[in-house]
Amino acid sequence: MQRRRAPVKSLRNAYASGKAFLMLGYAARRIAGIVPVLLILITVSFFVVRLAPGGPFDQARPLPPRIRAELEHLYGLNQPLPVQYWQYLEGLAHGDLGPSLQMRDDTVAGLIAQGLPVSLTLGLSALALALLTGVPLGLWAALGRGGVLDRAVTVFAAVSLALPSFVTGPFLALAFGLWLHWLPVAGWQAGEPRYLILPAVTLALPLCASVARLMRGGMLDVLGASFVRTARARGLGRRRVWLRHALRPALVPVVSYLGPAVAYLVTGSLVIETVFELPGTGRYLVQGALNRDYTLVMGMVLLYGTLTLLSNLAADLIHAWLDPRVRDEHA
Amino acid sequence: MRGSTLECAMSTRRRQPPRRAALAAAALIVLLTLWAIAGPAASPYSPNALDWQHLLAAPSLTDGHWLGTDPLGRDLYVRTLYGLRLSLLLGVLATGVSVLIGVLWGMVAGFAGGRVDAWMMRVVDILYSLPYLFIVLILATLFGRDSITLLLLAIGSVGWLTLARVVRARTLSLKRREFIEAARAAGLTPAAIMLRHILPNLAGTVVVYATLMVPQMITSESFLSFLGLGVQPPRASLGSLVSEGAHEMLAAPWMLLVPATVLVVLLLSFNLLGDALRDVLEPTAR
Repeated sequence: MQRRRAPVKSLRNAYASGKAFLMLGYAARRIAGIVPVLLILITVSFFVVRLAPGGPFDQARPLPPRIRAELEHLYGLNQPLPVQYWQYLEGLAHGDLGPSLQMRDDTVAGLIAQGLPVSLTLGLSALALALLTGVPLGLWAALGRGGVLDRAVTVFAAVSLALPSFVTGPFLALAFGLWLHWLPVAGWQAGEPRYLILPAVTLALPLCASVARLMRGGMLDVLGASFVRTARARGLGRRRVWLRHALRPALVPVVSYLGPAVAYLVTGSLVIETVFELPGTGRYLVQGALNRDYTLVMGMVLLYGTLTLLSNLAADLIHAWLDPRVRDEHA
Repeated sequence: MRGSTLECAMSTRRRQPPRRAALAAAALIVLLTLWAIAGPAASPYSPNALDWQHLLAAPSLTDGHWLGTDPLGRDLYVRTLYGLRLSLLLGVLATGVSVLIGVLWGMVAGFAGGRVDAWMMRVVDILYSLPYLFIVLILATLFGRDSITLLLLAIGSVGWLTLARVVRARTLSLKRREFIEAARAAGLTPAAIMLRHILPNLAGTVVVYATLMVPQMITSESFLSFLGLGVQPPRASLGSLVSEGAHEMLAAPWMLLVPATVLVVLLLSFNLLGDALRDVLEPTAR
């Protein structure tokens, strides 16, 4: 027994190194694919933002023309658009997102640096919460197919998917904050997890439902596959087949969902940060767009666009790692 | 594994309950629509009339404010129904915009094939990789603040991506069928083939995705209105009513509960109906 195992192991190592090589090539191609998309995103949003009626220095009481001209000169807004565009790109190449046109004491990068820790904490904890609850729920539902738990999970998923977070958020704040006094209604204090619970749960709920649904569907598909039947026929235990053979391919739909999930988190966090008054980056987007704060809007578009693209990329890479057919197909 | 007899037997056995749920959902949608149209007439109040005698009044049967009032004394029953009206209308119209773009885009890409197809789908891929509501939010904030039509276009102009992909795939397989070849041989122009032969065959797919799109559009609109970027006061949509309710929830929880319940029931019904339609019309989609 011992002797027969050795060649198998070396074969597996050889396969693993070839796999790593293929994965690297795949990753490199995908990363290269992100740059043009980002460039298109920057270009389109740059011109769309500037096409919108109004400007950053429009106020209820108009500024004296000389001051206005001075301001426009200071920020380079009196230049022709292509020149401004080029200057913006030059700044970006040096990692400079420019000054905020409204909050003139801050740079866009500085504002992002202030808000991002809060938004990231919120987003990551919601994602972790959704995965940690959604995956087991989906598995249980699939394994006890047709049973009470399965039906309960299906109903739970349908309802939570129909509940927008701007409804769940106030509800939870009302129930746990105002009526029960268990948790703070809103606000944020760094290092105080109590302030994180309600926002994270609200944000995670629809995500958890989607994950549970996908996990259930993926597991059901895999359990019907012939290799699972073969494994069972070889006399392997039920639990072993589920966890060692079925789980990995069944995770594929969940993993491909990670990209859209982060897109959801990005937009969801806008609402959550409004409902629970969190000092994250979400409010800058709305504020910036309303005030025609060109550089701030561009900074947020860039930030969220990059985040989404990177998470799509990460999802595809994990997918390729789980399912060899993907990387071979593109090789 | 999909085709195994066991799987088939299971799926037919399981089909019964969802269908009943879908019928109930369809009935609820019709009911809510009719109620939104006719319901306000039952109340003596108009949506923007201020009633100084009853500020923040709790729901009561005696004073005519059946579902209570807001801090300005406006009747919540009537306002919710007006909000429902606007949300439904915007949802359906925005879906129309999306379906129009999505079907045209997908059909032309699939039918043209080659480089045109590659470029058109590349555009879809790029837009797909960005958060949908995020784009809607930026468009609506920049352009749609004062006009409902522009708001509608902003919401509707981003939601067509999935549909375009599905329609393209469907067109690709349709295009190889014999009746299309026959139409081509008979000398029909590509436009005529698309309109007369491809489009009717896409109907089932389009109906399914349109039904699933309506709740998405209603959510987008409510999301924007909740953030104060969509429908502007004194007009109300379900989203802006939920937002107002969230501000008053300690003093007047009904202001949150009433519009939120209506919104959730509406969204749930559309989702259920769409899922059921998909199971019937598009058995391969899952």
